[in-house]
Amino acid sequence: MNILEVEDLHVVARIGGRDYTAIDHISFSVAKGHARGLVGESGSGKSLTLRAIMGLLPSNVRVASGSIRFDGKELLNDKGVHLKNVLGSGISMVFQEPSVALNPVMKIGKQITDSLMEHENLNRKQGREIAIDLMNQVGIKNPEKRVDDYPFQLSGGMKQRVMIAAAIACRPELILCDEPTTALDVTIQAQIIELFKTLRSDLKVSLLYVTHDIGVVAQLCDAISVMYSGRIVEQADSIGKVFARPQHAYTKALLSAVPRIDGPIQRLKGMNSTSPSLTQRAESVAPGMITVEDGWEIAPTDDESLHKSWSEN
Amino acid sequence: MTEKIFQASDIEVTFKVGKGRNRSLVHALKGVSLDVNHGEIVGLVGESGSGKSTMARVIVGLQSYSAGSLTYAGSPVPEHRTLEDRRKIQMVFQDPYSSLDPRMTVRQTITELLKAHAIVTPQEYLPRCKELLSLVKLPESLLENRPYGMSGGQRQRVAIARALSLNPQFLIADEAVSALDVSVQASIINLLADLRETLNLSILFISHDLAIVRQLCDRVSVINQGEIVESSPTLALFDNPQNAYTQQLISAVPKLDAIVRNAN
Repeated sequence: MNILEVEDLHVVARIGGRDYTAIDHISFSVAKGHARGLVGESGSGKSLTLRAIMGLLPSNVRVASGSIRFDGKELLNDKGVHLKNVLGSGISMVFQEPSVALNPVMKIGKQITDSLMEHENLNRKQGREIAIDLMNQVGIKNPEKRVDDYPFQLSGGMKQRVMIAAAIACRPELILCDEPTTALDVTIQAQIIELFKTLRSDLKVSLLYVTHDIGVVAQLCDAISVMYSGRIVEQADSIGKVFARPQHAYTKALLSAVPRIDGPIQRLKGMNSTSPSLTQRAESVAPGMITVEDGWEIAPTDDESLHKSWSEN
Repeated sequence: MTEKIFQASDIEVTFKVGKGRNRSLVHALKGVSLDVNHGEIVGLVGESGSGKSTMARVIVGLQSYSAGSLTYAGSPVPEHRTLEDRRKIQMVFQDPYSSLDPRMTVRQTITELLKAHAIVTPQEYLPRCKELLSLVKLPESLLENRPYGMSGGQRQRVAIARALSLNPQFLIADEAVSALDVSVQASIINLLADLRETLNLSILFISHDLAIVRQLCDRVSVINQGEIVESSPTLALFDNPQNAYTQQLISAVPKLDAIVRNAN
């Protein structure tokens, strides 16, 4: 049973009076209680995919075609407009920069229960108690005292815990995570990943986890989709398969760019630039891309062309 | 030649925080000692707030210290540094999005330093800029570009070119790859490794990510709450970490190979 199904999603951005393809007919699903990692470079369209699911696309970007189903219900109408009321409180989102996403002049307790108060009829005292309870759940010490703190009084890791507490306040079935640990130290990142693991087993929540760090996906996710240049170039329902036998030059490059903590030290494979910009993509029909077997799909043909097109170093 | 290019002994830094009754002292660095040999990359690892950036600021002279001494190439670094003293130690900062002036082109960014230090004649500004860009593997066409529209990796290369413009012997990279995508990060790590080879550059590489440090550094010092808790050659540190804090840091890094092995 899938909690989320994205089918043939095509998103276009209007730049200078012309439509450019930003997300190129991608399909994937998240099974109930599972976690899927969505990996790719800056500009590959992974964050935009999350925004399309949440209905938070910027004003010049729209869904041209395709379908997004949450728990079997279609989230888009015929014109590709997002039907937010269908969503209800079933999906929530955790953003990358907790210090930017939190309101600096609002106490954290209130921010955690803000969306919950919107949905349910609660008084302030009840809200406060729920906030303390949630803070406890995400591992914030002394929640009774901390509940009246402002974001600037917390460290980066604690702020991200507050964001996660707010995200689980409405008991969502699916949490969309947009690089929630990228701004954090490695040790704090490890703690947050542990927290997500606990939430998965305790609350039976499903995750769609966007990141550029394939190492994080390795720790947390069951399934993986690799995005490049607005397309999904490789995906599998078990990450081990992709890690042990990556099919595509880009996935291979991504895997060999991660510095290892064990095993032999080899020179890393780095790429110089991010994905080509939308306008560039339209001009040159993605150099060196081919269709490969198994339906999955378009990818740079080989190492050489991948590096040639993005000035490897 | 394994002569020390830089040595810091027992550096102490304290900060005053709070006002009135809440006033207190924070002991940011408690007698930190560190040394770097010619052509060596030394890693300084710790969490946020451990004092690693304070140490970097002390070394380049952006932060005063209350006790201890700094030695560069055998002679003590004076409290008030001359232009020449400052030229020898350069720094690359963490966030390439905020450390470059958005209104200046790449050429202006680099030329500004060349002018201030007057080590080359004005006729040589442009050739020197081009030389520096090729050193950090950027195309010359970027010379007249401003940071806006450049990728994070390109910006960090510009920041490295700026730091190298004064021919320093010693470079400090303070979390220089932390703000970058993994694949871009890899290319900057490779660049630093190459620069060490071509310029015989000594680098103090500050990071919270032990996997990167393992990749790049010859020796590693681990800093926790203003104190160096462990200091040893890279391979020894990873094979046999002595300190509990070091072990904790190592276990925090995602292990890819284990998953690949399990899948096989």
